[in-house]
Amino acid sequence: MHCLWCEAEIIEEVDWINFFYPDKVKNICESCKAQLDVLDGQLCKYCGRRSEKDVCSDCERWESDPHWKGVLTFNTSVFTYNPIMKEIITKWKYRGDYALVEMLREAFCEKFNQVFKEIKKDAVIVPIPLSEERLYERAFNQAEALARLLEMPYTQMLTRMEGEKQSKKTRKDRLGTSNPFQLEKQINQPVILIDDIYTTGTTVRHAAKLLKENGCLGVYVFTLAR
Amino acid sequence: MVEKLFTSIQSFLSPTYDWLPTSDDKPPLHESLDYAKHFAGKLLLRQEIPLDDQTLHSLLSNQNFVSIDAIEQHLWGHRCRRCGNKQKHLFADIPCARCSHTHVYCRKCIEMGRIMQCEPLYYWIGSKPIWLQQDNPCEWQGELTHYQQHASDEITNTMMKGNSELLVWAVCGAGKTEMLFHGISESLKHSKRVCLATPRADVVRELRPRFQKAFPETEIEALYGGSEQKQGKGQLIIATTHQLLRFAHAFDVMVIDEIDAFPFHADASLPFAAGRAAKPDASTIYLTATPRKKHRKQVQSKKLSAVFVPVRFHGHPLPLPILHMCFSLKKSLSQFQAPPAFLKWYNSRVNPNRQLLIFVPMIELAEKLVGHLVDQQLVAKEKITSVHASDSDREEKVIKFRENKLTLLITTTILERGVTFPSVDVVVLDAGHDVFDEAALVQIAGRAGRSPNDPTGEVIFFHDGKTDAMVEAIASIKQMNKRGRKL
Repeated sequence: MHCLWCEAEIIEEVDWINFFYPDKVKNICESCKAQLDVLDGQLCKYCGRRSEKDVCSDCERWESDPHWKGVLTFNTSVFTYNPIMKEIITKWKYRGDYALVEMLREAFCEKFNQVFKEIKKDAVIVPIPLSEERLYERAFNQAEALARLLEMPYTQMLTRMEGEKQSKKTRKDRLGTSNPFQLEKQINQPVILIDDIYTTGTTVRHAAKLLKENGCLGVYVFTLAR
Repeated sequence: MVEKLFTSIQSFLSPTYDWLPTSDDKPPLHESLDYAKHFAGKLLLRQEIPLDDQTLHSLLSNQNFVSIDAIEQHLWGHRCRRCGNKQKHLFADIPCARCSHTHVYCRKCIEMGRIMQCEPLYYWIGSKPIWLQQDNPCEWQGELTHYQQHASDEITNTMMKGNSELLVWAVCGAGKTEMLFHGISESLKHSKRVCLATPRADVVRELRPRFQKAFPETEIEALYGGSEQKQGKGQLIIATTHQLLRFAHAFDVMVIDEIDAFPFHADASLPFAAGRAAKPDASTIYLTATPRKKHRKQVQSKKLSAVFVPVRFHGHPLPLPILHMCFSLKKSLSQFQAPPAFLKWYNSRVNPNRQLLIFVPMIELAEKLVGHLVDQQLVAKEKITSVHASDSDREEKVIKFRENKLTLLITTTILERGVTFPSVDVVVLDAGHDVFDEAALVQIAGRAGRSPNDPTGEVIFFHDGKTDAMVEAIASIKQMNKRGRKL
């Protein structure tokens, strides 16, 4: 097996334990894995970033705005959006190297099962959609690729209208934009939204707001990087 | 069945380019001439063609463009037709939202835009580009030495003959570029399209103005990662070998510089692309100072014709490296110190006015040795620095050294080729290290004595045990000098 990121060959030592109980196939080498930064320690209770305070200053702002207050129950991200994660996401999402998602599978599923152990029992998993144009361009939806890793049923209940690329906008621009999502049906269960990056939290809040207006009980967000 | 198996094995061993359609001679249509220059000889993805859907569609339906499957499927796996990749771990499946099927894509060349099974590559089969008619394209007036002239004649013959190959085995500092001018001039005169491919972007940048000066009327384009020009529509293309990944049956004459150098030698997709970029009846010229075993064998068994240029343009022999054994080498280097033998040599150099180039096997050593040599008061702090591949100030430092603002430069193997400093001594610390193979050592030794004003220079290999590479490098330099005397 080769590391999906650095292409180095991964050779595992065979001992009696993994001879009888072979591990899952490894597709990321130890040195690449070591550069990924798993979010742990003291985190903001809303957005899941590392924070000294219980609630980080960004979330304080969100929660003090009556329009957005309590729209999200919380976000959990698996990794920090550090330089290597930035490179990985760029190559995966923009260059379109779909297979890279496999090397994040283990950490992604582990975190999900740990945080959403109880919640997932009666929640619906909803990947954040792409607009039709963007989906054609990329040939896959990165949020859906992540949802697939969980090996649980998921529902595409949201659709998205074309807007400018999020990554080209500033925070102020993003806050000012109108809601790009549409919901296809009423819902009365909690929802776990899946996306690749939580940056300002605007995208997922737009989706969450819409869900809540249509009867959703609580909206959780699970993202790859923060 | 047997036949099928045979062709499958054959396709695994050597790629073919027979899937590329040949364009029959169509009368040139006026409106498609500009397209021809743009698109002829290229294998492009839809997003690389700056035309709207309607225009492309009509060019397809009237047989100016043709679409080609981008990925070959074989019994043994896949091959990407753009980069030639056939390694299993560099193909992966994608559940494609465009065609709603799960199919393969190529991971190897993905930085140039993704190649997918459901998306074709487009290839121009319309009228051929028409180049400027020139009676005498070359304005270079210099004179060639006896050996250069001989090589130049052979090169011209090969280029004119078509369908042939020639290896030019020329020592470091032989003046390769000048030997090419006449052949390229004749090729341009006969409306041939020429490509000069070299592994390094800095060489492309250096060659472009020299060629533009020699061929002032010719459309010349320089292509490398991040180059200003990107269209690739010149008659003479100077490019990094990597840029050939977009070309197919484009060139009547291919010149591949430093055929033995790192990326071309190590990455199978570059020879694949070079083979495809040449027309089926093209001539190919390989330039090298240090051919690999494979090419040497082909030359010995007369499968590949070769011409030798064993003497530098100034006529002086190559400086012969001196081996210097020092037992404490590893101990000194592990403490990031220069071995005492080096310091002793330094203080009794033949010509202390020369600059000094020190090659070391590792980046860390290069950086830390700087401080040590300053501490030893060998050189003032502002006169010494180190350089390596991922150094952002790399070009600046090399220029400073060239302009004699630095007297001592410590480098990894990145400066082994392509750079010329007029008057230097060269030292290799730990010449027995794996990174210094025979070709590298010959190239390193070739940095000394480049200028007619100072045609000698000391080359010292410090080591703690002779390696085959060192012995072979010296033998090969001796042999070239001998050949040079004989002729």
